[in-house]
Amino acid sequence: MSPIEKQRGGSETMSELRTHAEEIAEQFSDHLEITVDDVESQLENLVTQYKVPANEARRSVINNYLDEAGLDRDEISQSGASEILVNDIDEDEQWVDLTVKLVDLWEPGSDAISQVGLIGDESGTIKFVSFATSELPKLEEGAVYKLGNVVTDEYQGNYSVKLNRTTTITELDEEIEVGDNSASVEGALVDIQSGSGLIKRCPQEECTRVLQNGRCSEHGSVDGEFDLRIKAVLDDGATVHEIIFNRERTEELTGLTLEEAKTMAMDALDTSVVADEIRGDLLGRYYRVTGPTYGRYILANEFEQLGAPADLESILIKARSM
Amino acid sequence: MSSNQSSDSVPTREVARRVFAREFNDASYTFKESDDERAPLYLLLPTGERANRVLVVGTLTETEDVGDESEYWRGRIVDPTGTFFVYAGQYQPEAANTLRDLETPAYVSIVGKPRTYETDDGTVNVSLRPESITAVDAGTRDRWVAETAQQTLERIQHLDDEGNEYGRMAKEQYDLPPDEYRTTALSALESLDESDSSPDTPTQSTESVSDPQ
Repeated sequence: MSPIEKQRGGSETMSELRTHAEEIAEQFSDHLEITVDDVESQLENLVTQYKVPANEARRSVINNYLDEAGLDRDEISQSGASEILVNDIDEDEQWVDLTVKLVDLWEPGSDAISQVGLIGDESGTIKFVSFATSELPKLEEGAVYKLGNVVTDEYQGNYSVKLNRTTTITELDEEIEVGDNSASVEGALVDIQSGSGLIKRCPQEECTRVLQNGRCSEHGSVDGEFDLRIKAVLDDGATVHEIIFNRERTEELTGLTLEEAKTMAMDALDTSVVADEIRGDLLGRYYRVTGPTYGRYILANEFEQLGAPADLESILIKARSM
Repeated sequence: MSSNQSSDSVPTREVARRVFAREFNDASYTFKESDDERAPLYLLLPTGERANRVLVVGTLTETEDVGDESEYWRGRIVDPTGTFFVYAGQYQPEAANTLRDLETPAYVSIVGKPRTYETDDGTVNVSLRPESITAVDAGTRDRWVAETAQQTLERIQHLDDEGNEYGRMAKEQYDLPPDEYRTTALSALESLDESDSSPDTPTQSTESVSDPQ
């Protein structure tokens, strides 16, 4: 707020109204021919003449303009959509700006959808939908765009973004290295789930399903191929994360190679000895794991065991202040 | 992408709460949140949280087979505030084996479910039915103590928050001042500080060498 506005308004309330007016005029700039002064005089009328609180006045003025423009409330940007990375989207119905590359276009499931696919930035990828009624220009695969004013959407814990009539699309002449939705979590390893240890996979090309009692759910009874993996649960006392360690990471984590695991199982005439051995080695210890998320799983790319807390002094200072 | 609509049917796993022995043993009230027979049973912690599962790391000081016909192992696990009792029998064969085989004293990490039973005189005892017991190192134990102190203090901080259902429940069910748990959590943290700093504390001689004056 500039000092000039304060002088002109003559009071704190007046400059506050000016700010509201500027924001409202900005929100409707694509839809109505209104000036900041128009908006301000309407606000002022409500506040000084009719003794309406500033927030209520703002609401009322916005509703009038929405009627005038024939828009719904969710078609205008809430004050200040913010630039965000796609992997940081964790709330429904937020207005955000994204700078993304169009990674993949999918077949729209209905005529109402103009385009659907995957967009991504350095933090990861997210689904986007553009509706036919929004009459937006078509996006092209591989191109980089600045998307202003898109709305986040949540379905069963998965987030997507919706383009809408107010979305601005600017093609940028730059390249984005699209990330892999990497997550880093820490906690105590509290469980090793069934299907861990020495397992057999379906040998059919591109199948690799894990066999249950020698059977693949797709290809029936097959001669499986041995593999080593761990499905573990990390628990930090507030949330749980399911982690998958593939063969390489399992060998690294346990010091047990696939060949050694096969020998162990053959000696015991039982593959479950491998998972039992792994349980004893890992359960009840603390780990930090980093890797891409895949549905509800995190695929462990990097991990480290965590020992005694390093910054005891700061923990103590914080604890004493609580 | 939208074909996976089964996520509602995946039961959410109960988180393992971090709680010191003192608070754990003070708890006595258990409840379910639905009429379903298989609904999870929760122990109400006095600092205002529900616990269907806990993680405990401490010193296993004693093990004893207290069973009559079949083996039934009892272990005592000591933390900076008190003692957890853990019982494992034929339905927890791996945990029972571990209790039988471990040499005491040893640091152990236990994931388990709280169980309560009422004694003849009407007092309620709380114990731990283990899902797993593993021997761990001192670093893991220290990490648990620090983490448990922090999470205990956080629970106390939010005990009176509006909308803290379990905080309200704790105040109804227990006449236990949260200040005691605050004090024990802080002294548990301080005990770590003392034990940790001793090996790292520079001796007099190195100090005088490194001091240019």
